[in-house]
Amino acid sequence: MTLPLFFFYVFATITVASALMVIAARNPVHSVLFLILAFVNSAGLFMLAGAEFLALILIVVYVGAVAVLFLFVTMMLDVDFASMRQGMLQYAPVGVVVGVILLLELLLVGGSFVLPTGVEASAMVPIDAGIQNTRAIGQLLYTRYVFLFELAGGVLLVAMIGAIVLTLRHKPNVKRQDVFRQTGRKRSEATELVKVKTGQGL
Amino acid sequence: MLAATGIGIGHYLAVGAILFTLGVFGIFLNRKNIIVILMSVELILLAVNINFVAFSAQLGDLAGQVFALLILTVAAAEAAIGLAILVVYYRNRGTIAVEDVNSLKG
Repeated sequence: MTLPLFFFYVFATITVASALMVIAARNPVHSVLFLILAFVNSAGLFMLAGAEFLALILIVVYVGAVAVLFLFVTMMLDVDFASMRQGMLQYAPVGVVVGVILLLELLLVGGSFVLPTGVEASAMVPIDAGIQNTRAIGQLLYTRYVFLFELAGGVLLVAMIGAIVLTLRHKPNVKRQDVFRQTGRKRSEATELVKVKTGQGL
Repeated sequence: MLAATGIGIGHYLAVGAILFTLGVFGIFLNRKNIIVILMSVELILLAVNINFVAFSAQLGDLAGQVFALLILTVAAAEAAIGLAILVVYYRNRGTIAVEDVNSLKG
């Protein structure tokens, strides 16, 4: 067994085991932490396949942003998760049937197909072993796939605006600074001249 | 590229298939907990990404990795929007139980 193969088995085993724990853990916080473990180990799998840029992006984006977002939301919502697990086994048989059929089909497809010889020659963008992975992806992303790249930026922008619009709320009782009202204030509406009679007070 | 290390594309496809199945199974198993359902969707997208990267390495084609990058983008956007909807729903109803989500029922 070569060293890369050994590491492949290590990463693959931990990925699958932690994916299992994601769906089976009692506490959703544990689920998120196992999700992080699955992401980190599949980053190792990507690294073994020679996709260094994607591996590190997976850690930065998924572990650093998405998983932390999940963690925040899970901890922020005060939900009784124990009651949610009731009736869990009710759906398990259907899930097992669907899952087993799906897995068998996927493994049959994955195990039986044969790559035709010479298919590498028809690659759209052949990988040049002399260029680093990050540099090659950058050169490709900013030239040939630049419109897709900008579209991805548009998707992220729409998602950001959508998330802000959804979660923004104006509380009626909170005092805020209104600069226009402040500068537009006139003396006549701010002060009042009162003639006080002697000895009476206000 | 993969063949030199002794790792075949079948290895990667098997991992991807198992991850995909676990994601689908997680949706069935945690019918009530929508947070875990969203995490299962993330697992499914991760399985898809593994397949893309494996074929990219096997065929020596960089386009697969670019596509995986775009899937990553869409997955991040989906998680952000999904969790935002979840927070708004929790704020309005005080619960996130999936079977209570029937207000729009005609």
